[in-house]
Amino acid sequence: MSDYDPVEVTPLHADEVSRMEADALAAIKTAGDLDALKQARLAHAGDRSPIALANREIGALPPKARAEAGKRVGGARKAINEALAARQAELEAERDARVLVEEAVDVTLPWDRQPRGARHPLTTMQERIADTFVAMGYEVAEGPELEGEWFNFDALNIAKDHPARSDHDTFFVESTESGMVLRTQTSPVQVRALLQRGAPCYVISPGKVFRTDELDATHTPVFHQVEGLAIDVGLTMAHLKGTLDRFAEVMFGEGITTRFRPNYFPFTEPSAEMDLKCFVCRGASAIPGNPPCRTCKSEGWIEWGGCGMVNPRVLIACGVDPSTYSGFAFGMGIERTLMFRHNAEDMRDMVEGDVRFTLPFGLEI
Amino acid sequence: MKVPLSWLREHADLPAVTAQEVADKLTAAGLKLESITSHGHDVKNVVVGEVLEIEELTGFKKPIRHCKVEVGEAMPREIVCGATNFAVGDRVPVVLPGGVLPGGFEVGARKTYGRLSEGMICSERELGLGDDHGGIMVLPAGTPIGADVVELLGLRDDVIELEITPDIGYALSVRGVAREAATAFDVAFHDPADVELPAAEEQAWPASIGDPTACDRFVLREVTGFDPAAQSPLWMRVRLTRAGMRPVSLAVDITNYLMLELGQPLHAFDRAKLTGEIVVRRAGQGERLETLDHVTRELDPDDILITDQSGPISMAGTMGGLETEISGESTDIVIEAAHFSATGISRESRRHNLVSEASKRFERGVDRELPLVASWRAVSLLAELGGATVRPGLTHAEVEVEPARIAIPASHPGDVAGVPYSKETVVRRLEQVGCVVTEGDDPAVRRGGVDPTGVVTGGELAAKLAVTGDDMLTVTPPSWRPDLTDPNDLAEEVIRLEGYERLPSVLPKAPAGAGLTEGQRLRRRVGRALAAAGYVEVLAYPFISEGDFDALQLPGDDARRRALRLANPLAEDEPLLRTTLLPGLLKTLVRNTGRGFSDVALFESGPVYRPREGAPDTAPVLGVERRPSDDELASIATALPDQPHRVAVVLAGEFERSGWWGQGRQECWADAVQAARLVAAEAGVELSVIADQHEPWHPGRCAALYVGDTLVGHAGELHPRVAEAYGLPPRTSAMELELSKLEPAMPGPVDAPAVSSYPVATQDVALIVPDFTPVADVEAALRDGAGELLESIRLFDVYAGEQVGEGNKSLAYTLRFRAADRTLTVEETTAARDAAVAMAADRVGAQLRGA
Repeated sequence: MSDYDPVEVTPLHADEVSRMEADALAAIKTAGDLDALKQARLAHAGDRSPIALANREIGALPPKARAEAGKRVGGARKAINEALAARQAELEAERDARVLVEEAVDVTLPWDRQPRGARHPLTTMQERIADTFVAMGYEVAEGPELEGEWFNFDALNIAKDHPARSDHDTFFVESTESGMVLRTQTSPVQVRALLQRGAPCYVISPGKVFRTDELDATHTPVFHQVEGLAIDVGLTMAHLKGTLDRFAEVMFGEGITTRFRPNYFPFTEPSAEMDLKCFVCRGASAIPGNPPCRTCKSEGWIEWGGCGMVNPRVLIACGVDPSTYSGFAFGMGIERTLMFRHNAEDMRDMVEGDVRFTLPFGLEI
Repeated sequence: MKVPLSWLREHADLPAVTAQEVADKLTAAGLKLESITSHGHDVKNVVVGEVLEIEELTGFKKPIRHCKVEVGEAMPREIVCGATNFAVGDRVPVVLPGGVLPGGFEVGARKTYGRLSEGMICSERELGLGDDHGGIMVLPAGTPIGADVVELLGLRDDVIELEITPDIGYALSVRGVAREAATAFDVAFHDPADVELPAAEEQAWPASIGDPTACDRFVLREVTGFDPAAQSPLWMRVRLTRAGMRPVSLAVDITNYLMLELGQPLHAFDRAKLTGEIVVRRAGQGERLETLDHVTRELDPDDILITDQSGPISMAGTMGGLETEISGESTDIVIEAAHFSATGISRESRRHNLVSEASKRFERGVDRELPLVASWRAVSLLAELGGATVRPGLTHAEVEVEPARIAIPASHPGDVAGVPYSKETVVRRLEQVGCVVTEGDDPAVRRGGVDPTGVVTGGELAAKLAVTGDDMLTVTPPSWRPDLTDPNDLAEEVIRLEGYERLPSVLPKAPAGAGLTEGQRLRRRVGRALAAAGYVEVLAYPFISEGDFDALQLPGDDARRRALRLANPLAEDEPLLRTTLLPGLLKTLVRNTGRGFSDVALFESGPVYRPREGAPDTAPVLGVERRPSDDELASIATALPDQPHRVAVVLAGEFERSGWWGQGRQECWADAVQAARLVAAEAGVELSVIADQHEPWHPGRCAALYVGDTLVGHAGELHPRVAEAYGLPPRTSAMELELSKLEPAMPGPVDAPAVSSYPVATQDVALIVPDFTPVADVEAALRDGAGELLESIRLFDVYAGEQVGEGNKSLAYTLRFRAADRTLTVEETTAARDAAVAMAADRVGAQLRGA
């Protein structure tokens, strides 16, 4: 065992180890950025750093001296590594803070690279109304826009000589004797629904209809209606009122109900005109002294549509026995609903397809 | 119908209520208020004066009078007046200083024409009594001086204008409205038709009914010695004016007045101009008549005419003939009162585009019992006001008509309403309407035929409409309610008089529904998807023209040129129904670009109208007394055109906008094709895209869209000539596909994929193919060749240039492979890639680049 280095190695002197540690800690402390710290790490904790070299010398010491030297050098290395890690964390935090600040952007910049489109409010209004009735158990029924005269008129008890059947009101496929018209109402769908489904029958049918009116602020030759039909055992006018009251509340809010006035439609008997309590002033503007209301023109009520008990003659033409079944039908204009619900003042805007009119309505109404 | 409230009060003992309250009650009964016009409420300080002195002033452009007028004050008033139709001693209406004339026109004392004028002497128009402004209104001698003119002349009145629905013709009369008002207020009604008629044994001017389908009652009465110069009294002229009719002459005014009061149109013939027996008949071939409006009308064989031995003298119930019209010299007058076929008059009026006060009433149904009464009142008034002598005779031609009778259970109105009414209530309400109600089920003997609204009654249909039950009532509607034919008509009368506002509100329980159909949901999804992708929905009119087909460059034999034509288009230049959605969209696009929006993407979703090959020209109009047979319904269906639902887009300008981030991206053919893929994706089907040449698209930039073997539409850039024809921005793109053809291909519920957690293996390949090779074919080959391990394939580069040789292109793909159950080895993925490339080589001659 005499081959141990007889000379006590200088680097392992306590003073020398302390100096190395102090040098290292000073260098680490003064490292101003991560690059400098990297240099300090190489110089003071790398493979060729004084402390690493000192560490290698420990093996050459006599056994009795090894423990003490190992403890001394190990302590110094631990202190150096801890200082390095701490400084590293410190400098990284500083760098991150600086870089993230530098990367800040103006988040208020616009980013409308691909603007969204929109669905036509008349389409979404039809869907909203249909959905209300679907929730009540109705199904959505459909029929052709170009319709047989029989469906559009005769089956609905509109006699051959009724003024609505003239070419002043109705578009006929050439010639006027063709028996084919652009439907003037969604009511022929009632007939189709009854023929196809029989009774009981609860359907709602929104759709496009046609009359020979010139386009102006309140008329358009092509417009939209929604029609409801309920046929069952024992349905009464009270059920019609209950259904429309419910509908009005769903569309316009609690407490907004309907009012019936006698009217005449060939396909219903009894028939009624249906008014909606004004959902803006809730009827208050009709009382003298109260502020005026633009929506209902201070009448307190808004004319909304027509309704009535399905004329038994219509049931007979559709093969439903009126001595067993009765029911009601109702209909309203979609354009008109859009006008008063959304303050749309000119029907031409709904027709012309100007994107400025349609875009604000989005995907649902 | 305009009804002065004073006139209404004459026939209904209304309480002290306002016009608004009366109108509200009438509205609730079904006579809807249109407007209320107030007359004379603002008038004050107008009194009767006597003209004491008249001094004619000279030196002015027109005659001016300075008058002294006694108005019952301490001193006469000095008044300057520009009219000259009065004389000293006349009683005249005078508005005193501080007084107000209709319209809030205040009158003061002022200097005019150099004299003081303390008020104004008034004309009828200034008092709001009529249009007569010919001069001062001279009052009858003896009118008390100083009397309040407002009271004296009844200046104050309210006119209620009502909208009368076509079923209640009786309400086009003061009589009808008064009956409704009396019922609404539960007060007495005084029927102006309740007149005792003298017995008449002699015949007046001879007349007969030649066509019993045209007329079932025809009455003539005569007067002689009528003073043609006699004036209509003021009260009559005021009422006519306020009811919306212009006073003409006494004889005409009397017929109009009675029509307004009773609802019975009357016609006055000059007796001296009649020739021989009058016959009511249909027109003969080639007959003509010059009517009161100086128009010579060619008559239709269906027209109902009043004729004498000279030929037609009047278009029944519509307009009289010029030849036999009463004139300013007529002294002997024949009054005609008749009951014509409602449908006959309705057709006649429409055929000749001639709507008169008479035709409006006849086509809605006139009380068949009125002609005798109305004609008697007419001749009586001609005698009373026009100095005529009533000739004792009466001509009364008649066709027997059996009144309708309807049997209902007493509970029926309540069963319809959903709220019970007592039997007493039902009977009382029906009697208020004018019905005769008897107990028991008198088997409802109903007349067959056509009622005034044109509805066929009687027979098989009546049996189907019959309502039976306990406690039957047999109801005979009154002669003025020809609209009451069915049990539900009676129910409506009871319910409306009990008040619609008293109906309860009960929500019925509908059976559970199935929600929207798959097709309905698809249409909604497609709309949402396109809107979310940037398209704005349009609802264009479906009217197009031949010019559109030309503008779309459609060949002469293109199926889309086969369009239905409207008999009465709104615009003569757009008489066709669309066979494609594109014209409407393109015109809307142009409208938007014209308004300064150059970046536009639009869509429409709706039907087109495609006539069927070999379809009949007409759809039969079937009967209504029973359900048509399936064959009958099919006969309508085959005539109707096919109306498939389509969806189309058009787009121009930037599809991705320019901005601070840099240049945007112009839309192009690919956006249009992508829109189609978007639609197809909503249907869950995959589109095959194949190059095509199809108008109106650019022949080199047109994609045919297929689902399986079915062509469903086209997409791409529009032909430059189409863009030019419509004035579209260059390179406008469009897509149109038939949603109705996607629906049957919808795959149903999606099978959930098994998601593998093993790693992906990626391989890139670059293939050289001839540049005409469709990329879709290359990709399909790669997919088929790669087999099941292929997870996805993506084209990331297309290159054409020297390095790949002239006439070639290089397509660079990334293929991603993954297995469900293991990590793939390099050998496996390479083998799959090689198989893909081999398939591409085999199918489209692809060569691996660099190989």
